[in-house]
Amino acid sequence: MSEELKVPTMAEFMAEGKQPEILFWVGSAGSYDDRAKKISKAFVKILNKANVEFAVLGEEESNTGDVAKRAGNEFLFQMQAMMNIEILNAYEVKRIVTCDPHSYNCIKNEYPSLGGNYDVVHHTQFIKELISSGRLTIEGNTYKGKRITFHDPCYLGRANSEYNAPRDVLKKTNANLVEMKRHKSTALCCGAGGAQMFKEPEKGNMDINVLRTEDALETKPDIIATGCPYCNTMMTDGVKAKEKENEISVLDIAELIANS
Amino acid sequence: MEYIPNILFAVILALGIGYFARNIKKLIRNIKLGREVDASDHKRERWSNMARIALGQSKMVKRPIAGFLHVVVYVGFIIINIEVLEIIIDGLFGTHRIGLKVLPESVYGFLIGSFEILAVLVLVAVFAFWMRRNVINIKRFKSLKGWPKNDGNIILYFEVVLMCLFLVMNATDTMFQNLGHGNVISQFIAPWFGDNPDTLHIIERTAWWLHIVGILIFLNYLYFSKHLHILLAFPNTYYGSVAPKGKFNNLESVTNEVKLMMDPNADPFAAAPEGAEEEEPAKFGASDVMDLNQIQLLNAYTCTECGRCTAACPANLTGKKLSPRKIMMDTRDRLEEVGKNIDANGGEFKDDGKQLLGDYITNEELWACTTCNACVEECPVSINPLSIILDMRRYLVMEQSAAPMELNNMMTNIENNGAPWPYNQMDRLNWAKED
Repeated sequence: MSEELKVPTMAEFMAEGKQPEILFWVGSAGSYDDRAKKISKAFVKILNKANVEFAVLGEEESNTGDVAKRAGNEFLFQMQAMMNIEILNAYEVKRIVTCDPHSYNCIKNEYPSLGGNYDVVHHTQFIKELISSGRLTIEGNTYKGKRITFHDPCYLGRANSEYNAPRDVLKKTNANLVEMKRHKSTALCCGAGGAQMFKEPEKGNMDINVLRTEDALETKPDIIATGCPYCNTMMTDGVKAKEKENEISVLDIAELIANS
Repeated sequence: MEYIPNILFAVILALGIGYFARNIKKLIRNIKLGREVDASDHKRERWSNMARIALGQSKMVKRPIAGFLHVVVYVGFIIINIEVLEIIIDGLFGTHRIGLKVLPESVYGFLIGSFEILAVLVLVAVFAFWMRRNVINIKRFKSLKGWPKNDGNIILYFEVVLMCLFLVMNATDTMFQNLGHGNVISQFIAPWFGDNPDTLHIIERTAWWLHIVGILIFLNYLYFSKHLHILLAFPNTYYGSVAPKGKFNNLESVTNEVKLMMDPNADPFAAAPEGAEEEEPAKFGASDVMDLNQIQLLNAYTCTECGRCTAACPANLTGKKLSPRKIMMDTRDRLEEVGKNIDANGGEFKDDGKQLLGDYITNEELWACTTCNACVEECPVSINPLSIILDMRRYLVMEQSAAPMELNNMMTNIENNGAPWPYNQMDRLNWAKED
């Protein structure tokens, strides 16, 4: 991907007096984390391919406050939320798409009572929409017949009962979708949620991401598909811990679709 | 003299129900120690949740074996208790099997016959439950020690005794056996007791009395056991959250302060408006049961300690100290302790130097939670251990600044540069320009 991506900002749209179809909420991981940045780029590639007019907040975007809230810092969360809401409302944003289920859950469920009311969609839901409306077509050759297992992100699955969109999208790749024993509502967490991503785990006999990777390995997958930048990191580390990184890749659904 | 049994019955019944009512009043008082919470919304959805989850056992059957056995005991328990109605009327008015006077013989026979079959099914299910708790190696039961373990078994023994008394009572009732309707099971037990009418009568009366007294003892045992769920599952599923599981409440007390902080026109030194009472600043989060809300306290009384939550908890599965079941049991134990303190001190709580945080639940447990909602999803009666964990984290962070150091660094980064890592806010769009 050497060609430079076109990622317009809301400020640029505003300057032209235009309103994009969607706001792409990149999130902190998607902006700064080296692995997650690739997911952001893959998603932009999809948006460009489907001719979706989108914009990002860019420098005006700030952390949703989700992780602070779950760590117990309600002050910091609400300050972040109100700052973001002020900007989103100033741009009259209606629809938000994000690759991060934590941002998705936070903006969709926790911003409204603070004055932020938007139609918030997870990128797997949006991709599904693009495919079913015919705006995005998938050739479905790259992953044909490959064994793919999908790891449900807690904040998309249990938290918001969205189990089908990611699976429906994955089916379009003509891959062989295999389920882990614990999936959908009984899926095991990757271990990153609730601010665990940013601290060492408490004393125990195993790391959660390794246990979850074992679940995935039981399905003998070629690819572990994720829909969350944090899950992606945890599963990638888990696969490395099991020394399987040469056989199994961990890819976000946006990456899988962008390459299909 | 002939009314003595009736009077004795009325007294026992009044004592049994009265003592139970007293404890229920205490339970309601204890729940009301919690913060008020508005659950007047979504009435339809709440009723439907109660019908589906509590009445319909929809979540119990997610684990098919335990679920099926539980449905047998549940249906048996509810239906056989119709018989108690007859016992109470007979006891109070000195009648014998009043049902026969009201209902056609065949209908009465059908009813009692179904009760007898259910009684046997309950006995089988209870035996299976006992095996699961004591013989088969099931981790969530094996990890219970002391009172919680005994409590679970005592309830099973209770049910065995009550079901056996019911069958014996029918088997030794010559009139009922001669009826030829409804003695589907008891006809096979009847021969064990011989055919001396006097002996039979004595056994029948004894079984009858023990049965009703047993039920009253069971009723009063509820309050002291984990078995309150047979009543509280109903309100608990009604008051259970109707929002998506990922939605955590926004603290209003915080909203007010943040708005004040962000309002350029606000004067932080302004005097309180005339007549405004000097309010005690709200405590953020929870360090003791009184800081939790009433639904969370109801949750604690409802918990049956089945351990499905803990069996699904990623932290617990990987050997961490956190157990959502323990969070609920601790909350109830502390609430009971506070309640006893209030009883002992004439209606007022006297500081006992203890609290839920630290004395019952440790920081280590709280920080091990991934907020994944697996425990909430698993609970068959809509208990939310996660909300208690979050409220206690809030106390740790906002009242005590006692977050783990790495989390403090993460939060400082968010405060300074809008991301959990120390990157410049101005570089937020750099990803789009990189190769």
